[in-house]
Amino acid sequence: MVYEVMFYLIGTMILVFSVLTVTSRRILRAAVYLLFVLISTAGLYFMLNYNFLAAVQLTVYAGGIVVLIIFSILLTSHLSERAVMAPLKQSLLSALATLAGATLTMMTILRFSFIPSGSAGPQLTITDIGSSLVSYKRDGYALPFEVISVLLLAAMIGAIVVAKKERTIKN
Amino acid sequence: MIQNIPLSYFLVISTMMFFIGIYGFLTRRNLITMLMSVELILNSVNINFVAFNRYLYPQQLQGHFFMLIVIAVAAAEAAVAIAIIINIYRNFKSIDVENVDEMKY
Amino acid sequence: MGDYTYTILIPLIPLFVFLFLGLLGHKMKPFVTGLIGTVGLGISAILSYITAFQYFIAGHVHGTGYASIKGFEIAWLHLTEKLTIHLGVLIDPISVMMLVVITTVSLMVHIYSIGYMKGDPGFYRFFSFLSLFSFSMLGLVLATNIFQMYIFWELVGVSSFLLIGYYYEKPSAVAASKKAFIVTRFADLGFLIGILMLSFNTGTFDFQTLTDPNGPAIAQAGGVAFMGMSVLTWSLIFIFVGGAGKSAMFPFHIWLPDAMEGPTPVSALIHAATMVVAGVYLVARLFPVYALGAPDALMVVAWVGGFSSIFAAVIACTQTDIKRVLAFSTMSQIGYMMLSLGVSGYGGEEGLGFMASNFHLFTHAMFKALLFLGAGAVIHAVHSNEIGEMGNLRKYLPITHITFLIACLTIAGIPPFSAFFSKDEILAAAFHSNKLLFAIEYIVAGLTAFYMFRLYYGIFWGKNTHYHHTPHEAPKVMTIPLMFLAFGSVFAGFIPFHDYVTSDGLGFESKIDWFIAIPSVLIGVVGIFIATLMYKKETAIPDKIAGSFKHLYKWAHRKFYMDEVYLFVTKKIIFRYISAPLAWFDRHVVDGTMNGIAGSIQFTAYAIKGFQSGKLQQYAYVFISGTVILVLIFVYLV
Repeated sequence: MVYEVMFYLIGTMILVFSVLTVTSRRILRAAVYLLFVLISTAGLYFMLNYNFLAAVQLTVYAGGIVVLIIFSILLTSHLSERAVMAPLKQSLLSALATLAGATLTMMTILRFSFIPSGSAGPQLTITDIGSSLVSYKRDGYALPFEVISVLLLAAMIGAIVVAKKERTIKN
Repeated sequence: MIQNIPLSYFLVISTMMFFIGIYGFLTRRNLITMLMSVELILNSVNINFVAFNRYLYPQQLQGHFFMLIVIAVAAAEAAVAIAIIINIYRNFKSIDVENVDEMKY
Repeated sequence: MGDYTYTILIPLIPLFVFLFLGLLGHKMKPFVTGLIGTVGLGISAILSYITAFQYFIAGHVHGTGYASIKGFEIAWLHLTEKLTIHLGVLIDPISVMMLVVITTVSLMVHIYSIGYMKGDPGFYRFFSFLSLFSFSMLGLVLATNIFQMYIFWELVGVSSFLLIGYYYEKPSAVAASKKAFIVTRFADLGFLIGILMLSFNTGTFDFQTLTDPNGPAIAQAGGVAFMGMSVLTWSLIFIFVGGAGKSAMFPFHIWLPDAMEGPTPVSALIHAATMVVAGVYLVARLFPVYALGAPDALMVVAWVGGFSSIFAAVIACTQTDIKRVLAFSTMSQIGYMMLSLGVSGYGGEEGLGFMASNFHLFTHAMFKALLFLGAGAVIHAVHSNEIGEMGNLRKYLPITHITFLIACLTIAGIPPFSAFFSKDEILAAAFHSNKLLFAIEYIVAGLTAFYMFRLYYGIFWGKNTHYHHTPHEAPKVMTIPLMFLAFGSVFAGFIPFHDYVTSDGLGFESKIDWFIAIPSVLIGVVGIFIATLMYKKETAIPDKIAGSFKHLYKWAHRKFYMDEVYLFVTKKIIFRYISAPLAWFDRHVVDGTMNGIAGSIQFTAYAIKGFQSGKLQQYAYVFISGTVILVLIFVYLV
């Protein structure tokens, strides 16, 4: 019973805050709404007993990305600036496309009956997650781990190269 | 296992969040708000992976790790995108998406 | 039989001369180009004489007739089994006779032109066009089938156009050349229809097959009837329409007087001796078909010829320009030739008209070319075409005077000059066939003598006149052709045509019918006498007669207003009601469609341009909606 109430609460929060993110006129408020969406998602993960994932979500997404976004907002615009909304025609057309897509997807999903597995599954500990992360045996995820590290390196270098200032010629 | 909450409820939430993100991407003029919409999309995908992992394959960890990878990718992408946005701001003094409609010539 | 393959050279040499002079003539000295043209044609003339000798005399077995021989033939266009167009050379009495006529007159004109066109800036152009004309006319007479004749027919028309419009800076010359080409082209439409009808119904183009008296062609086509006359008659009438256009028969004669805008040697060659007889040649070529298969068509030929000759003779009595008098005289004489063909039968004595027509063609070429070249010498001396500005020239131009007088006596039919014999045969043929036509031609003979001597006295006698500078006799290069042609006019009458050129190839006996001959000479003498009375000394008699017949004189002087009728029909009717709507249609519908297509493509292009706007959100929108639509189609509808 409690679970259901919690689920409906968290679900409503996610949806309401995401709608507010995309329609808010003030950018900083949109960023904060995004933060709330991400925190609610973390709550959803906690409900599913995936504590590690929820922690990663809070740390990286809510703590890293949203902060980055807020910094860039502060760098590039005035705080009290009101965002210009798109013309009506564009809004209507995109709403139409969005609704169509949503309807289509939901019809597809709801029609298909997913058969949930009966067992509850083992309790996952951090040890289990960690050892399968760096394991190179059959169920190991060492390779994706390495790939991701390369990606992060490339992204770091790329971001620095793109964002650095032009060198001015000193006389 | 969550009692009485079928899988499809999670899927509905994630679908709606996905399409709200798309709507935001198509409608917002500011580049940073477009980036925020993209984050919403990626987040909805994460919920999907986790829900499927929890309900259909509780013994396996594939959903977990894919979600971790998606978070990592999202972070890297956000960083590079912010860098690009800063550069555009330097050139145009504004981050309206209508400004970036011509290729270099 | 003999091998006649060398005859292919006769038309080909002028063709090469035309190309050579046309392409390279501007680099050479004028005299050299004249020499090349003349020498080329001289070689053709010699070859023609050799052919005539071989065909008529050397290769001939006494007692048999003259057969038509194909000297050379190639299949030029092989379109289907039945439809093949050949090109070749046909040797036959009339074609050999025409070869002699064309090459001789052309050679004389070439020699004459070296003197007449001296100093003209387009000298080489003139000679190249003369060679082109000679090639076309020779190809026409040597044609083995009617389609080849049509090809060369058109080529002759083009050469005439080029030569009449030789002085292209004069607007009147340009207008005259256009008129000639358009009128003859219009008549050629009839010719083409006739060819198509004839060849469709008989299954062949070839002359030998068509004119074979025992052959299938004549019998086959004679059977099918349409509106009272057989298909063969209709087709032959249409073919005659084409011939009438080229030969300036009424009502297609309007181009001939205007064609005098060309240089005088051109008038002598084309519009007196050769091109205008192409119509007569056409009827003569198809004569067996006409005589045996469609006698009604022959009647049309005869009446058109008769009417044209009296029409032209009346007009010629009132004209004051030398060349126009001679042009109408040509029209009248060709009327004689057509009439003679029209009243002729086929075979033996019946074919008198056929023989007489060709005989007259031969002699006419001589004396008419002589008259024109003589007129050219007069114009060269006086620098004017009007009789009013000439007079008393016999003192200054003795050779021209004598040769012109010989030609005038010839055309009046005085024995023993050549035209007496030929005209007498025509009158005899007419008398035995249709008395009314005979009467018309008899009157025309008198009128001919009258107006020719009116012309003669007007030029060479009379008191006149102050000339700007003393007229001088033409140089030798111009008088020698005059003398040669005068020689021909005098002695050509003694050639026994009845042995050589007859309707069925066999010779027959012909003698002078004194019952006809004496009255025809008398009327000629009467005509000369009246002209002498009126014109030898300047009197007031002509003006008095013109005054009393005021209306007739006015109408004859204005050529019976035929030109005005044609102009009215073309400008007020054809241009306004046919050409203008068609032009509107072309401009607005045809061009409009093209412009519309281009405009709509341009519109579409501009509309599509929006897809490449560079706007990120537009691209994303298209992507999303496209994906949604594809999913809809492939997952739910298919």
